[in-house]
Amino acid sequence: MTDDNTQIRDAIKNAIDENKVILFMKGTPEQPACGFSARTVATLQALGTPFAAVDILPHPAIRQELSALSQWPTIPQLFVDGELVGGCDIVTEMFANGELAELVGVEQPADAPVEAAAAPPRQSAPMQIQDRP
Amino acid sequence: MPSAEDIKRRIEAGIPDARAEVEDLTGGGDHFRATVVSTTFAGRSRIEQHRMVYDVFGDEVGGAIHALSIKTTTS
Repeated sequence: MTDDNTQIRDAIKNAIDENKVILFMKGTPEQPACGFSARTVATLQALGTPFAAVDILPHPAIRQELSALSQWPTIPQLFVDGELVGGCDIVTEMFANGELAELVGVEQPADAPVEAAAAPPRQSAPMQIQDRP
Repeated sequence: MPSAEDIKRRIEAGIPDARAEVEDLTGGGDHFRATVVSTTFAGRSRIEQHRMVYDVFGDEVGGAIHALSIKTTTS
């Protein structure tokens, strides 16, 4: 492991320790770059909890070190109180049955869309083409 | 490029007493959804259950298999 990777791993550990709810994702909450990340962000927003978000795309080592640390192969990854909760599937399921609200310590929204668990994830567009005059 | 049938077969071979239903979400052989039933999930946390399924594929999940959506139950 290079020094750079050690630094990145330490930064990831610190971020997980310092933020009660933290999401590692592709893109940002404003501009998610993957359907699974988008759906997880939407779930956290529906839950009404503040959360920190880290975009793993800018450097391949972030993802590499995160997965080494969490022993979880895919993105997004949600951590609460320093523990890995899971990815999009688990977060969606735990939101629907109220476990996520309990874990985070917020009220379950009255209009929680339980059927969200069945909605297929949308694949993000592989490229964007803009018509220019 | 693995098919949904390949994924199903590998999960059933890799996890004791497992029955799997697998769907290719995009038809592209890289986004799958698997519903896996196995009595060996009993007593394990959801994270552990999903890890057991991911472990069948090692580095392929996040690589050649871009996404593997999982739902696990014991019956």
